[in-house]
Amino acid sequence: MKLSEIIEKLNLKCLNEANLDADITNAYSSDLLSDVMGNARSGQLWITMQTHKNVTAIAALKDIPAIIIVRNGVPDDDMLEHAKEEDICILVSSEAAFPVCGKLYELIK
Amino acid sequence: MHYTFKIEQGNFTDAGQASSSVKRTMKQLGVRPENIKRTVVALFEAEINAVAHAYGGQIDVDIDGEKIVMVVADKGPGIPNIDLAMQEGYSTASPQVREMGYGAGMGLPNIKKNTDDLKIDTTVGVGTTVTMTVYLNN
Ligand SMILES: Nc1ncnc2c1ncn2[C@@H]1O[C@H](COP(=O)(O)OP(=O)(O)OP(=O)(O)O)[C@@H](O)[C@H]1O
Ligand SMILES: [Mg+2]
Repeated sequence: MKLSEIIEKLNLKCLNEANLDADITNAYSSDLLSDVMGNARSGQLWITMQTHKNVTAIAALKDIPAIIIVRNGVPDDDMLEHAKEEDICILVSSEAAFPVCGKLYELIK
Repeated sequence: MHYTFKIEQGNFTDAGQASSSVKRTMKQLGVRPENIKRTVVALFEAEINAVAHAYGGQIDVDIDGEKIVMVVADKGPGIPNIDLAMQEGYSTASPQVREMGYGAGMGLPNIKKNTDDLKIDTTVGVGTTVTMTVYLNN
């Protein structure tokens, strides 16, 4: 499913528009950065509550096109700045990881 | 080709710049994506370990057609028991470092899985040198 469609269906706030036409077929949910580093795959959407610059550093290294920050988390300024430089879409949900994952699973699985 | 990067103690903000720069270079050289992915996972983990567990240091990277060799050398407390440190789940990360999402004890296992050769030279109270090799034409 196109990222833009996911944004609409999950009612996400978009803080940095990028990769809106990317076809998202899978996602990875984790707040442990070495878990993401070791196990996420390129093209996956990343669901997390981490909001600092290493998140975008990892997303850029792993070719992750978009990040959903859950529970209205606020990304640090330098994370957002970095997302702009690296063209990573930054999304925010008001919900927690469980409902976000559940809804996304229904949409793309 | 040889590249050098400095690592500053506790500077998480700039962590990943070496990996990002190496990724760019490898792309330009036309290295297979699979090998780029393995390389950046290993280098990022080693870089973060030098920031999180030691007092900074230096990264030296050599790339030729055949392989990439990455040496991450830090001044720091050293690793008293390498077998223990290599176990998935073992971590001595501080509460602040854990709050950032580090400390799963997965970094060294990630490095092991993603490199063809891994050597850890460490002296307690002096520092640690992690040497990682990825072969590029397999
Ligand atoms: N450069 C280093 N200097 C001193 N100790 C280190 C160094 N690298 C690793 N260690 C020790 O080895 C342990 C395991 O490292 P590893 O990278 O596997 O996990 P971690 O860094 O604790 O957590 P994670 O990498 O999952 O965020 C560390 O907690 C630390 O005790
Ligand atoms: Mg680590």
